[in-house]
Amino acid sequence: MANRELIIGFLPLVDACLPILAQEHGFAEDEGLTLTFVKDVSWATVLDRLLYGHTDAAHMLAPLAIATTLGRGRPAQPLVAPFVLGLNGNAITLRKDLAAQVTTPGTYGDPAQVGAALREVALAARKTGKPLRLGVVHRYSSHNYKLRYWLAACGIRPDEDVEILTVPPPFVADAMESGEIDGACVGEPWNSVCVERDVGTIVLATAQIWRRGVEKVLAMREPVLDEKRSEFEALIRAMRRAGQHFVNPTNNQLNARILASPAYLNASEGLIGAAISDRLTLLHHANPVHFPDFMFQYSEAANFPWISQAAWIYSQMVRWDHLQFDPVDAAKSAAVFRPDVYRSALSATGDDLPSANSKVEGSVIGATQVGTNQGSITLSKNSFFDGRQFDPDRVEDYLAQLP
Amino acid sequence: MVQRNMTAMRIVIVDENAGRASIIEEGLSQLPGGEVFVLTERRALMQSIQEIEPDIVLIDLGNPSRDVLEEYFTVSRALARPIAMFVDESDDDAIAASIDAGVSAYVVNGLASHRIKSVLDLAVRRFEAFSRLQSDLAEARGKLAERDMVDKAKRIIMDSKGVSEPEAYSELRRKAMSSSKRIAQIAEAVVTAHELLGEN
Repeated sequence: MANRELIIGFLPLVDACLPILAQEHGFAEDEGLTLTFVKDVSWATVLDRLLYGHTDAAHMLAPLAIATTLGRGRPAQPLVAPFVLGLNGNAITLRKDLAAQVTTPGTYGDPAQVGAALREVALAARKTGKPLRLGVVHRYSSHNYKLRYWLAACGIRPDEDVEILTVPPPFVADAMESGEIDGACVGEPWNSVCVERDVGTIVLATAQIWRRGVEKVLAMREPVLDEKRSEFEALIRAMRRAGQHFVNPTNNQLNARILASPAYLNASEGLIGAAISDRLTLLHHANPVHFPDFMFQYSEAANFPWISQAAWIYSQMVRWDHLQFDPVDAAKSAAVFRPDVYRSALSATGDDLPSANSKVEGSVIGATQVGTNQGSITLSKNSFFDGRQFDPDRVEDYLAQLP
Repeated sequence: MVQRNMTAMRIVIVDENAGRASIIEEGLSQLPGGEVFVLTERRALMQSIQEIEPDIVLIDLGNPSRDVLEEYFTVSRALARPIAMFVDESDDDAIAASIDAGVSAYVVNGLASHRIKSVLDLAVRRFEAFSRLQSDLAEARGKLAERDMVDKAKRIIMDSKGVSEPEAYSELRRKAMSSSKRIAQIAEAVVTAHELLGEN
């Protein structure tokens, strides 16, 4: 029987790895699938190709999938996400001299302490009429929401004390060098490019802000999911196997080489390898620092689309777009994440499936066993750096107590 | 501030490919009542757009500044007249055609639908014309390379067999016909074999 085909859109970032490696290592082939890839350089184009049928599914910022469903910025189009491509994997990089003022360069600082020091600098800069400018990859990105979460919790008001603007990842290093921005929250390998060019220093990983925060998802139009349901379930199985292969350190070099190739990221194999192995070099010429939580592609049901994660994203959209909390929109946002599809794809594989679809985010303080279909899996700490918890059933209360 | 002609529809083309931008500009300047501005530089892009106050912005899908542009249109309070993408869902076919051609459009709220459509239709035709030019060029380059290859193969056959040029060519042709391949493919095989074996 001829293979079934799926066309996948992506932006050249390390966390596009799972569908790419599912194809390259033959896990897709084992499922009777052939994946072809369409690479673009802006999220707007990745989204357009998805909406107008150039692609079947896409590597997508989780908040953008929800914003598209709610019709933020363009007519609403329902998207769904049955698979989380990864947790975290982004970092905050500051201009070199600024980093030296707020942290010990070359180490991951304590987010509260770095934030307190940055507050002094930010308020002083604001007084001179030249507020700090920080870049994010997109308005509807977890980068934007985690950066803002951190700043606000440290007493720095986004849009008032500091400016936050969109900068395409490939231009972050240039923008930092030219003084256009003072820092950025971006995915790999673009933080490391700043360090390699000695224009910036990595000060924090987003995993330090929310230790198990959702990042990219595999998104598709809702009607396309229904139409190609069995292909997508096959893809989910193939990507789980790719994830298992990806987190095995013995495969790091091979996977870095594949991802670095011109067809995919067209970037430095060394820098990609550093991200995959969670060993970034934070300061030019310093030794790499191992931070195992840096990016999370497989373990602890990392790919499971928790409804509570979608709900958290909606809460931040309300917060930063200055909307009124709307129960209808909240329900639509929650419905973007499709744990039912994830479950149905993996039910016969023996893979670990959590028995709940939602959890209180930030509530796991130490390693905790959670129930699954066949026993339990251990979730380690998933806390927010400020200790707050997010109960998806009490979003309005949560919003009321945020700074 | 650019002098503003109040009745004209102001069209901005954002394209880092200056060649393509000029082809689109040429097409759009045929539109009655249209004023066309071309921006090819990434630097100060938003500032230029703000100064022009366009009614419609066309940007190619391969432009990394698209996310920046969308952000600007979404949040900018500087623009007196808000710009939206896909103003009206009834334009969806026109938008789909433009995405297929590789261009996206952002339109000022309230711009008449038929005016949007005429700009998009023209832009799409010009984008397609440019893609055709490019593929023609690639084909022409390919043909040129093939001709070089055939010439090389002929010389190899002439030297090694001591035959004339027409004889060398007819040998290539005979082989191509008997193996149902193109002459250029046979020529390539001859040249490759010669490079592998012929040097020593």
